Amino acid sequence: MAEDVKAPVPPSPPEGEKTPAAETRSGAAAKAPAPAKAEGPVPVPWTSPLVEKYRKQYGSGLEALTYLGQNYLNVDRALIPNILRLLRDEEQFDYCVDITAVHYPKREKQFDVLWNLYSYARNERMRVKTQIVDGDSIASCVSIWPTANWLEREVYDMFGIQFDGHPDLKRILLPDGWKGHPLRKDYGILQQDKEWVQINLGIESGQ
Amino acid sequence: MSVDRDDATNDLSGPASNPTLSHLTRSNFDLDTPEKPYLDSNELIINMGPQHPATHGVLRVILKLDGEKVLGTECVIGYLHRGVEKIGENRTYAMFNPYVDRMDYVSAVSNGLGYCEAVEKLMNVEAPPRANYIRVILTELNRIASHQLWLGTHALDIGAMTPLFYTFRDREEILKIFEKYCGARLTTHAFRIGGCLYETYAGFEKEVNNFLSFVAPKIDEYEELLTTNRIWLERTKNVGVISGEDCIALGVTGPVLRASGVKWDLRKAQPYAAYSKFDFEIPTGENGDTYDRYLVRMEEMRQSLRIIEQAANSIPEGPIMAKVPKVIKPPVGEIYHSIEAPKGELGYFIVSDGSTQPYRVRVRPPSFVNLQALDRMVRGLLVADVIAVIGTIDIVLGEVDR
Repeated sequence: MAEDVKAPVPPSPPEGEKTPAAETRSGAAAKAPAPAKAEGPVPVPWTSPLVEKYRKQYGSGLEALTYLGQNYLNVDRALIPNILRLLRDEEQFDYCVDITAVHYPKREKQFDVLWNLYSYARNERMRVKTQIVDGDSIASCVSIWPTANWLEREVYDMFGIQFDGHPDLKRILLPDGWKGHPLRKDYGILQQDKEWVQINLGIESGQ
Repeated sequence: MSVDRDDATNDLSGPASNPTLSHLTRSNFDLDTPEKPYLDSNELIINMGPQHPATHGVLRVILKLDGEKVLGTECVIGYLHRGVEKIGENRTYAMFNPYVDRMDYVSAVSNGLGYCEAVEKLMNVEAPPRANYIRVILTELNRIASHQLWLGTHALDIGAMTPLFYTFRDREEILKIFEKYCGARLTTHAFRIGGCLYETYAGFEKEVNNFLSFVAPKIDEYEELLTTNRIWLERTKNVGVISGEDCIALGVTGPVLRASGVKWDLRKAQPYAAYSKFDFEIPTGENGDTYDRYLVRMEEMRQSLRIIEQAANSIPEGPIMAKVPKVIKPPVGEIYHSIEAPKGELGYFIVSDGSTQPYRVRVRPPSFVNLQALDRMVRGLLVADVIAVIGTIDIVLGEVDR
């Protein structure tokens, strides 16, 4: 591969002066309704031969950032299958560490889907990230990394995100008949519990 | 490898870009509509577990058999699902710390180390050197305890009962050190975000050193019982073979990966805590079979002893806690941090929205990912070998299901 494979880590931006906890000590127990924007490092652009190459190819469809020394690519949903395949075939990201998602109910594109990749040859980590709206499906990468099979099933189970081309997309941790997807922010834990125990165990409440 | 894998049962689906991976991307077999309208007279589908002594918890494996030969497996997991990640979203950073101990409950110290370091990274603080040394000592002790428990139960599954008593007897000494250090034996909650809460007790170094000289001959004793034991060899050699490429493609890490010849250990590849200061080897195997995984873990215990010896005799003076605010409020952002747990790469992906509670905590559990390789490892083997292979992957269902 390229000789300088190590991505340059930009100097981290100056630290915020104040410690965020100092001023909110009084009301610490309850979650603040509108968390104050804590001063901290911000993502800065990530430059490396890899990024340059893909930027030429895909232009504005991708954004490369680094935060606390960890690199990630923000990629358009449509480019995901291509980018992931190229990262494995050309950039030696042969180990898919993890696939996960984050739910932001207030955004229009509600979900972040993340692929956490590692390259044994380069000893380098990166994340690929995309935003999708609720109900959108995303291309499965089981054919790229077989380990994605269970990881995608878990994302489906917990967030209800569909993966196109997955060989057997069904719930993995929760029972087949489960309703809802627990790691969505709007999932009501208590209601779900009551309904399930009333039907299956014949008791009023599991709490 | 003497067993022949029955490739006719591989239901390949999806376009495999790389034909060498196609055998790993098959879907689970469909139990309701078998390929043939009637099962062959000797084809059989049976359940193993969830209540089965050799599944190390509540793991259910559906086996499709041709006589004694395994044609395919499907793991049904989730019986122990507690929604740890959801709990994490509803607790403060410090409150979530004890919960991670309950995932891989036989190596609680490792879990805590991974979580604390991830939050520290997110807050941009670093634990002081003394805390890092204490962390390394306890984590490595825990690695030995985890491997001892693995060895005892794995050997018991295969039919050797003596190692169980030996390993549990010796593991007790580690638990005593934990108990003296932090008051708990198993779910220790030994570390805090920013360092350690407890200073080492008087005579800690001496007791650790005593333990080292106590346990080194014991490890030889385990080996004496098993390494050249004919029954052990018959049951483990060439059983559950998996290649290094398959391990990487399936995301398998830890001793299973190393036994397949891939020399990769996060403690060396991306050192954390104080590991870069110590001298140790990464043992690897050649054949990727159950026997090699056994040898790798035995050697890992010895390497852990080396690390502990170096660390215990050079603990620096100084504070054990970094300057961390009472209320932990990391800035907005996300972080991934992973450590080499006894079972493989244990990762934490934490998203902060700037409040006192994590917006999202994702745990990348080694057991969960490694268990996925079970199907690849047992196809073509006999039912009794399934037991051996489940044991050799070294899963803890608390971590698989979370």
